[in-house]
Amino acid sequence: MIRAIFTIIASMTLVVAAQASEGYAIPLKHVSVDLSDKAALYRGALTFQAQCATCHTAKYMRYGRVASDLHLSDDQAKALLPPKLKLGDEMVSFMPADYAVQVFGVEPPDLSLIARVRGSDWLYTYLTSFYADPTKRWGVNNAVFPDVNMPDVFAAEQGVQQPVYTDVKMPDGSTEKRLSGLKPPVIPGSMPPEEFNSMVRDLVAYMVYMSEPAKMQRMAYGPYVLGFILIFTILMFFLKKEYWRDIKKPQS
Amino acid sequence: MIQKLGKWIDDRLPVSHFWNAHLAKYYVPKNFNFWYYFGSILLAVFAIQIVTGIWLAMNYKPSAAEAFISVEYIMRDVNWGWLIRYMHSTGASFFFIAVYLHMFRGLMYGSYKKPRELIWIFGVLILLTLMAEAFMGYLLPWGQMSFWGAQVIISLFGSIPYIGPDLALWIRGDYVVSDVTLNRFFALHVIALPLVLLFLIGGHIMALHEVGSNNPDGVEIKTNKDEHGKPLDGIPFHPYYTVKDLFGLGVFLFLFAAVIFYWPDGGGKFLEAPNFIPADPLKTPEHIAPVWYFAPHYAILRAIPDKFLGVVAMGSAILILFFLPWLDRNAVKSIRYRSMAFKVLLFSFLVAFLGLGYLGTQPVTYWNTLFSRIFAFIYFGFFVALFLVSKFETTKPVPERVK
Repeated sequence: MIRAIFTIIASMTLVVAAQASEGYAIPLKHVSVDLSDKAALYRGALTFQAQCATCHTAKYMRYGRVASDLHLSDDQAKALLPPKLKLGDEMVSFMPADYAVQVFGVEPPDLSLIARVRGSDWLYTYLTSFYADPTKRWGVNNAVFPDVNMPDVFAAEQGVQQPVYTDVKMPDGSTEKRLSGLKPPVIPGSMPPEEFNSMVRDLVAYMVYMSEPAKMQRMAYGPYVLGFILIFTILMFFLKKEYWRDIKKPQS
Repeated sequence: MIQKLGKWIDDRLPVSHFWNAHLAKYYVPKNFNFWYYFGSILLAVFAIQIVTGIWLAMNYKPSAAEAFISVEYIMRDVNWGWLIRYMHSTGASFFFIAVYLHMFRGLMYGSYKKPRELIWIFGVLILLTLMAEAFMGYLLPWGQMSFWGAQVIISLFGSIPYIGPDLALWIRGDYVVSDVTLNRFFALHVIALPLVLLFLIGGHIMALHEVGSNNPDGVEIKTNKDEHGKPLDGIPFHPYYTVKDLFGLGVFLFLFAAVIFYWPDGGGKFLEAPNFIPADPLKTPEHIAPVWYFAPHYAILRAIPDKFLGVVAMGSAILILFFLPWLDRNAVKSIRYRSMAFKVLLFSFLVAFLGLGYLGTQPVTYWNTLFSRIFAFIYFGFFVALFLVSKFETTKPVPERVK
């Protein structure tokens, strides 16, 4: 038992140490997310349903919640809804889990909360940083998630980026090729880079929204709650002053 | 009619006696400063945790299969569930912020000294219980950090010689943290420990009201009374400190609400990112860090190369607080009238505690370990040095009355 625990702790320490020395091959790109831009969120939702929902679930989210939070019309909501499903249903994928395991080697993770786990910058960088790597199952690899099992779903829109490798000297004297940057695709994608980036930005914004729909509510109520407490505090300040008037100033 | 009813009740229940003894005729030093807000704030936070906890328990499901989903259900589908959950999760962090400030006040003004040793001991017991309460509550969302944090901390008990492995097994009720563990932690978190806390807080306040409050000057107000037996430097708690504490509570609630509405995950410190992944016993997270309020103790644990001795050091870091009233042998209470040596000691202790708190959340590196050891040495050194210094330090004259 002690040995088992020790192994857990030791492996943790090792992983922690490895993590500390390991950065990403390329710096994370910053993306600004504006949850008040409902049109952008809706575009993101459509992209999500078209591209991500084929394999990934978002099972903590319901279609109807998206429709009401984004003030969608019936037709807009219907565009999100897969056939046979109702607005009150949770967001599912149409790929059976066991089939997905056969195809990808792993079950594609649920994406409801992924933005809270990874952060928007990481998601944006991840989705725009696939590159050609013929040694991998899908012919692509990712700069911030090495050896990921996911194919480059945006290969048609973005084109396939090319890797830039540099030789890194290892402690034992040998050299190793390490990814150090990405080059534009040889065959351009169907979307100009600006349009593609903007689409991914909308998608990331939608995933941020989906990870915490309550964020819209708390942002909306925040000023009123803080305003109320502020007024209460100011009143209490003057009430205290009034009561304490008859306390003699401490003599020194 | 109302008056008659009031008298009828008062003849049978000591309502007005209680009111006078603890509020209207309970005399408190008039020179409280900023540091004296945290007692009443802590009572308010305790109440917030109890009330939000009750409402969370209405929708939370304490089973390994459903816990994570039910928390997301609360966050998304329960009306105002997100607000109640954020109040509870932010409340846990604010509880510790206020507790640590409250304790530091006690260190600065010598509030643990005679005749207030028992108040201090109750306080340390509250701290210990609160830590257990927070630790068990943290398992309930059943995320990756919940699971692996509990796994690591419970395994610490396993390092105790002879009884350790069986003790860890007894705590978990299973060979790994599992549904059984979650269920019993839920029971302890929602009823057993809150009850213990309630009794301890009661004892803390009863002991306080028996001897009266200390103050920033460390002067006993009960030694200077007027002809009616009222302390000259004392004022009734109600209405003077009720209104003052309401103001303090207002400021506190403003900060509390600002975090809840605009920064509920506290930059990953109040709600940690890996805890949004459901617990997976087969996948260890890359970096297991305790929540910030346990970080100083965790840093002490990691600073010691031997695991069991690390556990002993971590436990001692808290248990040594029980002996503080007798380790500090100086009769002068307030830092205002104590020697430069004491001020340097207390400041070093503060730096060490904050330093350990930072290091406890960081990955293990050569420098982090080195600094953890230095800070842990200072942390314990504080108590040793205090024991020696307090006997011989030259203090300034303490005034007769509060300033």
